[in-house]
Amino acid sequence: MIEIRIHGRGGQGAVVATHVLAEALFREGKWVQAFPHFGVERRGAPVAAFVRYAERPIELRCHIYTPDYVIILDPTLAGSPAAVEGLRSGGGLLVNSSLPPEELGLAGEFRAACVDASNIALKHGLGSIASPIVNTAILGAFARFSNIVSLNSIIDAVSGLIQRQTEINIQAVRESYESLKLPVIVESKASR
Amino acid sequence: MKALITGNEAVSTAVKLARVEVIAAYPITPQTSIAEKLSQYCSSGELDADFIKVESEHSALATVMGASSAGVRTFTATSSQGLALMHELLHWSSGARLPVVMANVNRALGAPWNIWCDHSDSLSQRDTGWLQFYCESCQEVLDTVLIAFRLAESVFTPVMVMLDGYILSHTAEPVEIPEPEQVDRFLPKYQPLAAIDPKDPHTYHAVTSPEYFMEFKQRQFEAARQAEAVAREVSADFAKQFGRHYALTESFMCEDAETIIVAAGTSAGTGRYVVRRLREQGRRVGLLRVRMFRPFPFEEIRTLLGGAARVAVLDQAISPGSEGVLFQEVRSALYQAGGSGPEIYDFVTGLGGRDILPSYIEEMVEKVENGGKAGLARVNWLGLKS
Repeated sequence: MIEIRIHGRGGQGAVVATHVLAEALFREGKWVQAFPHFGVERRGAPVAAFVRYAERPIELRCHIYTPDYVIILDPTLAGSPAAVEGLRSGGGLLVNSSLPPEELGLAGEFRAACVDASNIALKHGLGSIASPIVNTAILGAFARFSNIVSLNSIIDAVSGLIQRQTEINIQAVRESYESLKLPVIVESKASR
Repeated sequence: MKALITGNEAVSTAVKLARVEVIAAYPITPQTSIAEKLSQYCSSGELDADFIKVESEHSALATVMGASSAGVRTFTATSSQGLALMHELLHWSSGARLPVVMANVNRALGAPWNIWCDHSDSLSQRDTGWLQFYCESCQEVLDTVLIAFRLAESVFTPVMVMLDGYILSHTAEPVEIPEPEQVDRFLPKYQPLAAIDPKDPHTYHAVTSPEYFMEFKQRQFEAARQAEAVAREVSADFAKQFGRHYALTESFMCEDAETIIVAAGTSAGTGRYVVRRLREQGRRVGLLRVRMFRPFPFEEIRTLLGGAARVAVLDQAISPGSEGVLFQEVRSALYQAGGSGPEIYDFVTGLGGRDILPSYIEEMVEKVENGGKAGLARVNWLGLKS
């Protein structure tokens, strides 16, 4: 079983991101579970959402505390200890940031990568400058970064789930896939 | 067709497949998306039903009771305070023998205000005469709504289908969606015994004197008890049609277990996850999930738990001044007149959305196996902040 946790702020599309990711994994024949952690529901408040997948039905129903992957939708959350808390040793962290991972002050033993999803989203007209909607614009990069789901499955899931501005969301997914810089930083040791 | 849908979408899909004719519901978190989706189905014509807008949950139930009295299949859905507001009419609808089906998305009752899951809303309605099911997956939610209509209309008793707030209501997972023709075969059109007809007026449920009232109540009681056997038949027929079988209780590795955990709803899934891990260590642990809570399957539970040395009940609802609600029922099943049985302990957790961790369930097993009677209180709280 693989566990993925997405951190964002209300309005950035974290919940939709989990649905698209889960749908993509489902289309590849996986058993999936996608669920939000509903806090106080307001725009701008930090939110978390979760995806689990496995080869067989998933019984576990609690939140995700030791994720294999963490995706951070909001650059301002990148330095937050809560965001990478419990990230498994050898796991992966993908951040929406214009900075390289070395400049984010990360501590832990995991692979890290950045993609400027806000910029990609704005270029394709997704959301506003104050509040870009980056959920699709980060999932293309996640497909490449994690290698657990194919770009085509993400695109199929976007086509199936996102009724408005479908084509530009797909373009954002493609651009995000292409713009992820490889190879990524590996093993940023904790500096305690 | 298999699709990725949430628990709330599973409810509205089942209601559509059941060809319900009248729906009334008042929005309340986390039930709201059920009412929204059903209202969309009605306005788009995907479901040929009247969606009647109302000003409260009390009115929602009153409305579907009226429609049910006129002989049509009806549905409503609510949560928490909304269910509490229906309380008076919950008694009335079961006494009037109206086969209304309701989905209740489990949510804590205030104060303090809380929108997250526990079972206090529906378990505090246990004496209203409604039959109750607690589901563990989105698939089970869809299937149980279909089973609920067949059962309700067979024993003329309303049925409440429970799904854990957020943990099922807002969780997307793969669900097999049956074909409409398949559902039509399993669930034919509702045949009422009596229906209000303006051309042939009658009075129903008028004042009933002490000479007759008890007989009405005794028949209602018998119907609710009889619902246990009928639920088994309906489940068997459901399995024949759809290939998925639902027992009234679901036992997992109980046969040779020394310690059995009892749970209802999604916590049972996390419980089974823990049981598998403990079994790998050679521990003789099992889990019993109570799926049908009303009628309470006393004999089945006594048989399944009777051989264990210890039983630990996970309660997500507590009766202040008494004990956990599920615990009371399970103990009552185990200790009938003159009987002896396993030691039984009560654990309360998961109130108001407190996440139920595998470690809590491991702690239950550790405590009952090592602590025994001496180390445990009448009610034991898990996961409290110190």
